[in-house]
Amino acid sequence: MTQSVVVQVGQCGNQIGCCFWDLALREHAAVNQKGIYDEAISSFFRNVDTRVVGDGGSISKGKICSLKARAVLIDMEEGVVNEILQGPLRDVFDSKQLITDISGSGNNWAVGHKVFGHLYQEQILEKLRKSAEHCDCLQCFFVIHSMGGGTGSGLGTFLLKVLEDEFPEVYRFVTSIYPSGEDDVITSPYNSILAMKELNEHADCVLPVDNQSLFDIISKIDLMVNSGKLGTTVKPKSLVTSSAGAFKKRQEKPFDAMNNIVANLLLNLTSSARFEGSLNMDLNEISMNLVPFPQLHYLVSSLTPLYTLADVNIPPRRLDQMFSDAFSKDHQLIQADPKHSLYLACALMVRGNVQISDLRRNIERLKPSLQFVSWNQEGWKTSLCSVPPVGHCHSLLALANNTCVKPTFMDLRERFTRLYKKKAHLHHYLQIEGMEESCFSEALSSLSALIQEYSQLDATKSMPVEDLPRLSVAV
Amino acid sequence: MSIVTVQLGQCGNQIGFEVFDALFSDSHCTQGLCSKRENEAYRSSCKERFFNEEENGVPIARAVLVDMEPKVINQTLSKAVQSSRWKYGQRSCFCQKQGSGNNWAYGYSVHGPRHEESVMNLIQKEVEKCDSLGGFFIIMSMAGGTGSGLGTFITQNLQDQYSSSLKMNHIIWPYGTGEVIVQNYNSILTLSHLYRSSDALLVHENDAVHKICAKLMNIKQISFNNINQVIAHQLGSVFQPTYSEEGSFHYRRNPLGIDWQVQPPLSRLPTLGKRSLSEQLRFNTSIANLVVLRGKDVHSADVAGFKDPALYTSWLGPDNAFNVWTTQRAFSKYEKSAALVSNSQFLVKPLDMIVSKAWNMFASKAYIHQYTKFGIEEEDFLDSFTLLEQVVASYCNL
Repeated sequence: MTQSVVVQVGQCGNQIGCCFWDLALREHAAVNQKGIYDEAISSFFRNVDTRVVGDGGSISKGKICSLKARAVLIDMEEGVVNEILQGPLRDVFDSKQLITDISGSGNNWAVGHKVFGHLYQEQILEKLRKSAEHCDCLQCFFVIHSMGGGTGSGLGTFLLKVLEDEFPEVYRFVTSIYPSGEDDVITSPYNSILAMKELNEHADCVLPVDNQSLFDIISKIDLMVNSGKLGTTVKPKSLVTSSAGAFKKRQEKPFDAMNNIVANLLLNLTSSARFEGSLNMDLNEISMNLVPFPQLHYLVSSLTPLYTLADVNIPPRRLDQMFSDAFSKDHQLIQADPKHSLYLACALMVRGNVQISDLRRNIERLKPSLQFVSWNQEGWKTSLCSVPPVGHCHSLLALANNTCVKPTFMDLRERFTRLYKKKAHLHHYLQIEGMEESCFSEALSSLSALIQEYSQLDATKSMPVEDLPRLSVAV
Repeated sequence: MSIVTVQLGQCGNQIGFEVFDALFSDSHCTQGLCSKRENEAYRSSCKERFFNEEENGVPIARAVLVDMEPKVINQTLSKAVQSSRWKYGQRSCFCQKQGSGNNWAYGYSVHGPRHEESVMNLIQKEVEKCDSLGGFFIIMSMAGGTGSGLGTFITQNLQDQYSSSLKMNHIIWPYGTGEVIVQNYNSILTLSHLYRSSDALLVHENDAVHKICAKLMNIKQISFNNINQVIAHQLGSVFQPTYSEEGSFHYRRNPLGIDWQVQPPLSRLPTLGKRSLSEQLRFNTSIANLVVLRGKDVHSADVAGFKDPALYTSWLGPDNAFNVWTTQRAFSKYEKSAALVSNSQFLVKPLDMIVSKAWNMFASKAYIHQYTKFGIEEEDFLDSFTLLEQVVASYCNL
């Protein structure tokens, strides 16, 4: 069994991270009734005897003493991290896992990347190495950050290069929150494009998420919960947005619901690696199957179901509905319509009491309405994990490598160009040491090249699939 | 004669468990429909082949369990212990932490050499416990990374180290509609390499077994457990003891057989013009067939239908190509049962399909960087394609 380390950077990254740890504890508490520290828990948590001072307290087996998250928390202002450390999760984090500063990055990628990157490089390396040492077999770094600000965007992506150099064999999965159209940070297009270049070059896999989609999902759930239709009471713990039953019992903050969705994404992504099932899927298989070419590593995700109705019997139609929903544009975590774009590859990660025949039936059913690239007509990767998420009997996470990410990128590029043409706010960036106009133009061309690749693939969409002539051999 | 089973990867281990369970259940079945003495002979022959015995009488499977991540092996071991009728050897497992990531290259080029010594040692220990080694039964899937890549590597090692023993690879052919996206690459690499080092490839297609569960057994929600149990049942009905030439009570035939692989005489292959695949395969020609009959009236069973020369090639007639193995002892409570193992053209279409899909993907170079990262170059792919095209052509020309 392998371990993963979560690196949460910036305000957004840390808030999401906090929700993630909360839900992770809840999930393991539900599964692990006996309180034994097993391999599943060890993937994200260390077992520590807190009476021991210093480093020697790690316990590898036996009863759970005190769980510590395998996390590194980084923020250039103290507010969010302090709040975490004073909240109900304070015992889950080690004070040695934090890196904070006071002044913040002022929504400036250059400050986050160049200034703080340089300033904190040694500390970051040290904390990362420490967290890696505590792992028996470290497989993956999960980086959580936003693209639009300064710390998450700048320092978060600076980190990626450090991770690549220091731990080249360990995967780098990045969950990136992309700015929505009406983002209130004016310079978010600059920050995002500069960050994109780093993601293109140093991430193994990126899971883009945008706030608008999360918000739409929440509205949909609210509608359902409040509609009061007869017989449609929703099971309380089952909301993908809720932390009911989790440790944070105080009044939920405005972004909590949205953050919980992303936290659930990460939990479901790693479920088949942590828990048993009849068809396992490890984290290294995600990259292997879903990244056909190194640059095309952006995966669109969708989670279903969003809630579970309180009916006890789930007839097969509900199960099939779960699969259909995964492909509808309402359930995607970014504004995208995969059904009308081209699939390069698709992974279905199922949890709960679902068998191979259910999976196959639904693939057969949905296949005709989806377009796959000519060289990957049956590009499905599937996994079955026996342990369902808390509050559900089954759930599905669909990860698609699909050209439908292109509009998001093109949109970003347009917003960028609008600002850049007028050289608006540019001086804030250029006055930072190490920043030049070429940084901007390089980032822009990196993005354009990526968009071009997707366009080329899109162009093959309506072409008939022809079998290529085979090798002819002498018998 | 004893068989050492090597279970590789998630698939190999899950199936391996079901196989040993089926073998054990059958051999301890009380309704053998034969005399007590007969039953005893059957049971002890089965035991000698597949199980070792511990001091307290609990049979231990003659198996080596290999996987690159621990979850499945842990599950398999505990299932065996829970059944409390037989179990796996405590030190018969080799496990790592990180898995092969569905990457044949990783299984073959990284895990293979790295763990060669450990795995071969385990196998050696198991071999030493056998009085007389009949051969190796290697269970693996083609689609993943460990079973396919590491399985191929181990088979090659077995070829080097035990060249005079039979090696039969049990290959699970993945569902046509993806379980793993790179399954076609992994499959062609596996098959092309195994062709050079294995003696026989016994194939089970997931699609075919799935159909059996759905249509013949009417199972509504088919799970991998169902599928694996069907496979285990089929394997059991072939591998359980049958009479050797001496007749009843003499169960000494090597279940892996000696006539599984046939070399066609090179000079006598008729040359055929270019015909489409479907044209050539309208009739399924067999190179060799083996029928295993168990149960009541086995001696009076009419197998003339299998001896029709029209079924076979022009260069190997039914006298040599067709064999029957029998025993009166019923299998697994079935009064009469029959199994057919066939070396014929039935796999040409699926093989052709896999080669075709892999070729299309290869032409676009998709995913190739994942393989070259670990030392499998485009050349290796081309070699594999060439070899498999030859296999397809040879079978078509029967």
